[in-house]
Amino acid sequence: MTRKQRRLYFVLLGMLALGGATALVLTAMGDTLVYFYTPSEMAGKQIGPDRRVRVGGLVEQGTVRKDGSTVTFTITDLTSTLPATYTGVLPDLFREGQGVVAEGKVGRDGVLHASEVLAKHDEKYMPKEVADQLKKSGRWQEGAGQERAETAK
Amino acid sequence: MIPETGQFALILALLVALTQSVVPLMGAAARDPARMALARPAALAQFLLIAISFGALMACYVTSDFSVLNVAENSHTDKPLLYKISGVWGNHEGSMLLWVLILSLYGAAVALFGGNLPAPLRARVLSVQGMISVGFLLFILLTSNPFTRLDPAPVNGNGLNPLLQDPGLAFHPPFLYLGYVGFSMAFSFAIAALIEGRVDAAWARWVRPWTLAAWCALTLGIAMGSWWAYYTLGWGGWWYWDPVENASFMPWLAGTALLHSAIVVEKRDALRGWTILLAILTFSLSLLGTFLVRSGILTSVHSFASDPARGVFVLALLGICTGGSLFLFALRAGKLVGGGLFAPISREGALLINNVLLSTAAGTVLLGTLYPLIADALDLGKLSVGPPFFNTVFLPLMIPMVLLMALGPFLSWKRGDLAGALSRLKFVFAAAIVVAIASWLLAGGSSGPLWAAGGIALSAWLILGSLLEWVERVRLKSGFWRRVRNTPRAAHGMTLAHLGLGIVIAGITGSTAWKTEHIQVMSIGQSIDVAGYQVTLDGVQDNVPGPNYSALRAQFTARKGGRVIVMHPEKRSYRNPPRPVTSAAISTNFVGDLYVVIGEPDPSGGYVTRLYYNPLAPWIFLGAVVMVFGGLVSLSDRRFRIGAPKRAAAAATAKA
Repeated sequence: MTRKQRRLYFVLLGMLALGGATALVLTAMGDTLVYFYTPSEMAGKQIGPDRRVRVGGLVEQGTVRKDGSTVTFTITDLTSTLPATYTGVLPDLFREGQGVVAEGKVGRDGVLHASEVLAKHDEKYMPKEVADQLKKSGRWQEGAGQERAETAK
Repeated sequence: MIPETGQFALILALLVALTQSVVPLMGAAARDPARMALARPAALAQFLLIAISFGALMACYVTSDFSVLNVAENSHTDKPLLYKISGVWGNHEGSMLLWVLILSLYGAAVALFGGNLPAPLRARVLSVQGMISVGFLLFILLTSNPFTRLDPAPVNGNGLNPLLQDPGLAFHPPFLYLGYVGFSMAFSFAIAALIEGRVDAAWARWVRPWTLAAWCALTLGIAMGSWWAYYTLGWGGWWYWDPVENASFMPWLAGTALLHSAIVVEKRDALRGWTILLAILTFSLSLLGTFLVRSGILTSVHSFASDPARGVFVLALLGICTGGSLFLFALRAGKLVGGGLFAPISREGALLINNVLLSTAAGTVLLGTLYPLIADALDLGKLSVGPPFFNTVFLPLMIPMVLLMALGPFLSWKRGDLAGALSRLKFVFAAAIVVAIASWLLAGGSSGPLWAAGGIALSAWLILGSLLEWVERVRLKSGFWRRVRNTPRAAHGMTLAHLGLGIVIAGITGSTAWKTEHIQVMSIGQSIDVAGYQVTLDGVQDNVPGPNYSALRAQFTARKGGRVIVMHPEKRSYRNPPRPVTSAAISTNFVGDLYVVIGEPDPSGGYVTRLYYNPLAPWIFLGAVVMVFGGLVSLSDRRFRIGAPKRAAAAATAKA
């Protein structure tokens, strides 16, 4: 094998890897990207029942109902709301009035069937997207996170 | 007084690092032995000064000196001593101090053990290390000083995030950093080689032990983090493809590729340019990981602070480091071509394909990790790239790699005999199929997904193939033990590391495919059947006191055959900072884990409980430990210690 042949082999191998990886990435990106929406954005969208979405907002006060290990609650961004249901044990920091991100599919009943509920590790935490949305709609208060933590205790 | 001493030592360390980065480099250019010789004492002095500084911060933590802002924000008097100490690196400033401490530790190690290095190479390596030190010491002193005073001092501190108060996590950061930062050695050697304009087999033999040490530490660090996630987050998951996990996984993939390509440089003097490039990219990915985690653009338990100035600083460091070294590479790469020729089907060829697959995998993980940031910056919408993406992309790349891993060691250097290697492996192939079918039937046949059989087959293929290669290697002649002793330890190390990965694959397959999950409300005295175990909730006790928390403590009894296991999962409420934490109870028999979590009380008087059986889950961590052990065995190879590698006269010329 001469140097020229070897170089050709290297280049072919590299192109094969690059091409294969691109094909894989493009296929995967088409199916698996999960977009983040607020309840207001969800209201104006038609999302197929097979599409996974993430919805973030606050857990609306007084909407959490537990039935055995199934929980229903409403996610709000103080403009629109979206009902959600989840079966399983909620994260330790899941509380009414606190920030939450639920990931799942919206069924024909208009309810978000969440397979995953995230309430992050910090009780002052509010999902960045939710904070942005609240700032946009002018309902953001500095120190709001702190206050919510106090009332939740 | 102690904090000021710490800060003063840090400033002195910066000055020493500046000297170390400039003088020996000039000395090497001018072939001046006196200036080159300065590198060693400078590296040692730098390490000593940073160690004093780190010791000072640790003293502040142990004595709970709340007049130091960093201690007041992250510690509390009621924490157990272990977590006061681990609290030193449980925050941004302290963890950066640990970063430079480990960086200077590697520098000092080269100064102490690098006696067999040619003086100019050693001077240049230490000088590049000094430059990295300067960058990070400036970063600490300018943006994240751990010794800032707080006046008036509070009576008590804020405490450490209770999730971090865990023995597994106390040692996770030091090992991770030993790995991350350890790749700076390969980087420094690469830059030094580019400045010298020569890369040869001797160079590769000097680089390999450092890369290997870093790889071992990083593997252990990642495994510890994964183990921690497994037993504390309460879901029985051990890998989430979280951006922060990816930040440590990318350098691991690139570092693994580097480890293998350095072998080709050492043995066959080929792939030289590629190896240099990999060394640069591996360390750049380590820096990128530091940036992702430290800049606060990712929200997670790891991002301590979100100060934009810090993010910009680390990004600038990353830019200078990566940009500068790639520029140097572009200037000098032309000198590195050539080297030994080999056929596509050969040991080198197999190692090359391994490199291509590993770096492609690292590239796709990089893309998936950065894509949400890019999409957000370009206003393409807010999105997350989760496990489905990574699984779709990562697995197809890993399957051929594992298939090849068993085959590669059977090929000879330069020109391999594919048909011969395959015929030696035909029994392994048959055995792997048999093991896969047997374990699939044992797990209940169609109750599990079909791909699980494939995963087990892959694992058995790798384990048996590695064992066969080892057996053929040692039984060639009479005197089994003499053969074992005479085989280079690096070869034993390879077998062990490959075996370890095989065990990990079995663990991943088993715990993903055959996991049993029961989520329900249980009343006291109720029993549930979980994978053959009869699990009873005996009782729940509230307000059980812990050192700095009170817990809701449940007692479960699991019965199987004649065995009785008592388990105590807890739901803890920490006081400082006030935060609930779930503590799962795990009972392992090394074939599977019974995993029990207690949740919220239910209005009906029962409790929400989660019961899991995770078959083969312990193998994931066991396998990782075997891989690390393999790395250590390989590291103990006498070739790295004695018989100082000599540069062949022919290879010494830059032309080659």
